[in-house]
Amino acid sequence: MSLLLITFILPLIASVATFALGNKMAKVLALLFSAATFVLSIGVYLSVAHSETGSLQFTANWIPEMNIHFSLLVDGLSIWLLLLTNFLVPVIILASYQKSFKNEAALYALVLLMQFGLVGVFTAADGFLFYIFWELALLPIYFIVWLWSENPDEQVRTRTAFKFFIYTIAGSLFMLLGFMYLYVKLGSLDLATLYSSSLDSKDQIILFAFFFAAFAIKIPVFPFHTWQADTYRESPTIGTMLLSGIMLKMGIYGLIRWLIPVLPLGTAFWTPYVIALCVIGVIYGAIIAIRQDNLKSLLAYSSLSHVGLIAAGTFVLTNEGFQGASIQMLAHGVNVVGAFFIAEIILQRTGTLSISQLGGIRTVAPKFFTCAVIMVLASVALPLTNGFVGEFLLLFSMFQYNTWLAVLAGTTIVLGAVYMLWMTQRVFLGNVNSRTENFEDLKTTELLVFVVLIACVFIFGVYPKLVFDLLQTASGTILNASLR
Amino acid sequence: MLAEILNLRKFIIPIALVALCVIGGLTYCDLNVHFEPFFSDMLRVDNFSTSFSLLLIVIAILLIALSYDFYDTQKAKISDYISIIIFTLCGALALVSFSNMTMFFIGLEVMSISFYILAGTNKREVRSNEAAMKYFLMGSFASGILLMGITLIYGASGSFNLATISVYATGQNPDITFYIGIILVLVALLFKVSAVPFHFWAPDVYEGSPMLITALMATLGKVASFAAFYKLFAVCFVDAGSHFKLVIAIVVALTILVGNLSAIRQDSFKRMLAFSGVTNAGFMLFAILLPKENGGSALFFYAVAYALSSIAAFAIAIAVSKFSGSEKFDAFKGLAHKHPVAALLLTFAMLSIAGIPPFAGFFAKYFILSSAIKGGYFWLAVFAIINSVVAFYYYFKVIIMMFSKSENEDSFSPNFVYITVASIAVLITIVAGFAPGLFFIH
Repeated sequence: MSLLLITFILPLIASVATFALGNKMAKVLALLFSAATFVLSIGVYLSVAHSETGSLQFTANWIPEMNIHFSLLVDGLSIWLLLLTNFLVPVIILASYQKSFKNEAALYALVLLMQFGLVGVFTAADGFLFYIFWELALLPIYFIVWLWSENPDEQVRTRTAFKFFIYTIAGSLFMLLGFMYLYVKLGSLDLATLYSSSLDSKDQIILFAFFFAAFAIKIPVFPFHTWQADTYRESPTIGTMLLSGIMLKMGIYGLIRWLIPVLPLGTAFWTPYVIALCVIGVIYGAIIAIRQDNLKSLLAYSSLSHVGLIAAGTFVLTNEGFQGASIQMLAHGVNVVGAFFIAEIILQRTGTLSISQLGGIRTVAPKFFTCAVIMVLASVALPLTNGFVGEFLLLFSMFQYNTWLAVLAGTTIVLGAVYMLWMTQRVFLGNVNSRTENFEDLKTTELLVFVVLIACVFIFGVYPKLVFDLLQTASGTILNASLR
Repeated sequence: MLAEILNLRKFIIPIALVALCVIGGLTYCDLNVHFEPFFSDMLRVDNFSTSFSLLLIVIAILLIALSYDFYDTQKAKISDYISIIIFTLCGALALVSFSNMTMFFIGLEVMSISFYILAGTNKREVRSNEAAMKYFLMGSFASGILLMGITLIYGASGSFNLATISVYATGQNPDITFYIGIILVLVALLFKVSAVPFHFWAPDVYEGSPMLITALMATLGKVASFAAFYKLFAVCFVDAGSHFKLVIAIVVALTILVGNLSAIRQDSFKRMLAFSGVTNAGFMLFAILLPKENGGSALFFYAVAYALSSIAAFAIAIAVSKFSGSEKFDAFKGLAHKHPVAALLLTFAMLSIAGIPPFAGFFAKYFILSSAIKGGYFWLAVFAIINSVVAFYYYFKVIIMMFSKSENEDSFSPNFVYITVASIAVLITIVAGFAPGLFFIH
């Protein structure tokens, strides 16, 4: 229990400490603290694995007059997301280690503060607490995207970041309304109460729209995705990795934990439309990705495409759907961080992200090429990589729902290969040009990041049972609640 | 005055602060203690009035601390200014503890007349004179209407005492003049809290007054007026007041809308804060709509969150305007670079008023809106939330200004009081955000 609490509060302490101790120590401190948090999370994982119910819970009184409790729950689903967060943050910090920023203390303090918010989102078991952390995670990333953006044009920076902020917070505020309505009707926002509630069908349909607004914007689901490409492109890579690697999972987690089981009748009504939108997003994202010249934009649209499939899979309401969504969340997190790391290295070495101006990197940097190709193949969902397991399960569950939609969604297999492999060919193969001839091969820290990510790719590709064992009870509860 | 005579001018502010702290401490000890009514039932002290009194005293302490630097060019008159500010506080305290219509009027007038005087203290500035004149004329008009309303209520119910009026209101068939009286009192109170469509005085008066007085009016004046508003409409006119729920609901919607739309177009930070005050008045009006469902606690918590965040914002704004001579948004450009602590405090203050966790402003909005939904006003709450999203635009304007690069390299080194007061205010806001339970009225 205390292990859980320490893991929970450590990022906050780390954030304050990093901010207070100045720019020189910031990088090192942030890395050490986040590594420590990761080690503690492994401890939490072991506790969860050995517990009888497959979960850890902690409840304390907070505002008894309003029936709001400070309760945390770590079960088979949350533990993996907790591990993903606490694993990716040190990796992301390590990925930016070589780069020097202005006001590093503030930057890394914001990164750790965001980690605190994310950990809170994934472990909160009271709706109010969930909402507070949901909004809390948004503030640091807004400042990171805005103040450390590398675009020289101040107008563009400010406008992109603010658009991202307003878009996201509009969605969050609708979710707040939904929570307030639920609180008034049910008297408490505790998970157990929510899962056993039985609201009117009409209420549920309206409430679904309110909640879905927040999650659809966060994931994003077509057509709420217009903030994504600009924000991913203008943000510094550390921000993009945080956004695509972890923050987007908040949206999917919200769907699985807080939307589908809480509003089953609403879900039943809206599912066909939602799945349709998600599948459109899959194809739309992929087609636009093929046409992109900017590497970061390409990866942003590819992200849109992949998460569309994950979101569609969760709405099928089968065991395979939830399993596929969960493991694909972990896989996508790892793969997209790796992909953006590739983009960052290319940007740092050559000063450009324009695919048409690159080429032949393989000849000058073979180690980099190897690592990059492995990450690309993981993203393309080659068997033996983590991407494959998730994609297979998701397409299988789509198949159970509707054959034609599964075929449409399955085009992601082909389209994904198209843009990723074509990008690889243009960037890494072919002839070296003036921009790429002095491409330095990987430094030690960069190699370390890749090794760690590649290890994850293969471990979860070969032995996904690790995830599924713990997931069993959690997805069982969620499934039961969703079908009532 | 004593200090003037004894030529102890330097000590006025520290003495005033110490005295107010002592009074604040004594007030705190009054919580949860039962009192008999005072002055033949003119004043009734209960948890509601004690909590609000404590808040008002804290606001006064913080703002008098600010006047240490604000009036340093006008040391000749400082005893006058401080004494009038304390008179304002007296009026405000009477406004939250009254149990008789006469006391209500006395408190309101004492507070308002002090404000009329204070608004015009910047004698050399034409806009200050204009502000004082406008406020005086319109305020007296409103007081006249209020008096007429009170008279009609007396004529109908036969008493000035709130308890007796309440019994009359819930009895059978109150006379038509009673309802007319209530309407007139409602109009006057809506004027005082600057609700639409009685808000036209607010931007000009707020802009013309010296910034410290604007802060006083926006915080002390509003909080006290709302407490009185709640006491009258939620406790006293309970069943008679329910006829006007539709009217108040429309006023709430209009206030939030007009306040928002007007604030978007402002160039001046001071005027934007004035209109944001109008919008927040709209939110506090929600509490009047729901007397039974925890309205008092929600109102108090919103008052705490709004008043303290405003004080922090005003403190930094006063410092900036003293240094750069301008109250426009441009004066804040590059503040994050010049004085990171000030920028951080102003950012926190703006985030709190905008309603982002973990600051108190979020919880305040949550309590008020969930009480509104409980009272059945779901779509009004939706409307309020949509306006909150729009409001982010102008609350973030100053944050964006602060963090952008500025052309001039003037350094910014304000007197320590501004940072101290802002820090204390922000600290209380954060504490209120983490432990809202402390601020509930039981």
